Amino acid sequence: MWNTSEDYKVKVGLAEMLKGGVIMDVTTPEQAKIAEDAGAVAVMALERIPADIRAHGGIARMSDPKVIRAIQEAVSIPVMAKCRIGHFAEAQVLEALGVDFIDESEVLTPADEEHHIDKWKFKVPFVCGCRDLGEALRRVAEGAAMIRTKGEAGTGNIVEAVRHMRSVQAAIRRITTLGDDELVAEAKKLGAPVELVRYVKENGKLPVPNFAAGGVATPADASLMMQLGAESIFVGSGIFKSENPAARARAIVLATTHYMDFDLVARVSEGLGEAMPGLDIKEIPEEQRMAVRGW
Amino acid sequence: MKIGVLALQGDFAKHQEMLEKLGVEAPEVRLPAELKDLDGLVLPGGESTTFSKLMKETGIWDALRFFANSHPIFGTCAGLIVLANELVNQQVETLRLLDAVVQRNAYGRQRESFVGPVSLALDGDESTFSGVFIRAPKIVRVGSGVQVLGRHGDEPVLVRDGNILAATFHPELTDDTRIHAYFARMVDEARQSRGPAAEEDAPLKDAEGEIRSQRSAQQG
Repeated sequence: MWNTSEDYKVKVGLAEMLKGGVIMDVTTPEQAKIAEDAGAVAVMALERIPADIRAHGGIARMSDPKVIRAIQEAVSIPVMAKCRIGHFAEAQVLEALGVDFIDESEVLTPADEEHHIDKWKFKVPFVCGCRDLGEALRRVAEGAAMIRTKGEAGTGNIVEAVRHMRSVQAAIRRITTLGDDELVAEAKKLGAPVELVRYVKENGKLPVPNFAAGGVATPADASLMMQLGAESIFVGSGIFKSENPAARARAIVLATTHYMDFDLVARVSEGLGEAMPGLDIKEIPEEQRMAVRGW
Repeated sequence: MKIGVLALQGDFAKHQEMLEKLGVEAPEVRLPAELKDLDGLVLPGGESTTFSKLMKETGIWDALRFFANSHPIFGTCAGLIVLANELVNQQVETLRLLDAVVQRNAYGRQRESFVGPVSLALDGDESTFSGVFIRAPKIVRVGSGVQVLGRHGDEPVLVRDGNILAATFHPELTDDTRIHAYFARMVDEARQSRGPAAEEDAPLKDAEGEIRSQRSAQQG
């Protein structure tokens, strides 16, 4: 590990426990129970799921603590919640509520267009989104204990998550081939600390678990992201915007665990009913795209 | 020696790293058939509710009960929870292979997770281990046949019940291989006392046959 403090070990440790699992967005205690019963490893407690945030417009903020508390009381698995990028006071509130993981998320309207939260100051671990390796390592440098792709949340369209995961994995592979004397220039290009670039060169992976998020809607989407190198799957709108959330949730959990067992992925994909209605990224005006938020 | 690691979910890769450091082959296990030829099994950390459901879905739940008759199993955190005989106020179904009552998330939420000292007594040697406790369970009560091998303060955190070894913390998240080495010795002893492999596979094959026929009955 590049940081050996006990606090960091405990934060990254929880991310390790979530590997190979599915984290589901939920807005009510009933949905949280459905997620837990389907085998989710954690839930993300929200007032509105990304598809509705997108449809609703306006400023998207941290959820009402009442919603988060109700969900915490309904399930025994870890409960995550989102704060706005740079909004450390929202993060302090979430920590006070006893949330298990904080997502500093581009799905909400950013509060700071220059700085992300200094995540070292918190006892609760953070997950942050990224589009490429430089962004991932900047978030790790700020103290994130888990990285996820941004994808394009609320679209049911996997294309952006694939782009981001491929970009991170290709950059990791390239860095493992660099000489020691090339690392400083590479760090400059990536906009990331050289000690993290060195970690990637020596270990061939990020210093923290790397999950997929943004646009997962089917069991095959989950298998695709796992095969591209994701270590777990976040599903936002994909479950509770579909026709049969309980069956789809269970199918995505099984497809994530057995992502290389294609017979099984085929079997669990059968008869799930309608997936969430999707959105072509090209139809979303540039200023409404969530993935470009964060720096 | 071959010690499988249940890889349905959780930090199974960390256990594989520990075992490989000790020169033990550590394949991933997801299906009942993959228990064949193994000398022991690790149930990693993760989410016990998820484990319990996924183990039932794949049929490995029943196969593991046969496996445990003659093969050592080591569970950490969620792994310990699914081994326990009884849980406090919880509806998670368990394998009932460890004579203990366990309380999930007994220290609280993630902000109450911590690193703390564990006093070990392995094979008569007393020493200290750095215990990583993450949303950890507590062992509330143990049966009379259970040995306490590690304590945090007064509380039992590493216990052995015959072929079962279980920790409420995560030795796999450290660089310290002592507890895994102890388990490997348990596995080696069990292997020697079992003798030739041939008779061993019989009950497992039966278990698989049973599952197959259950499945085809369900499908039919």
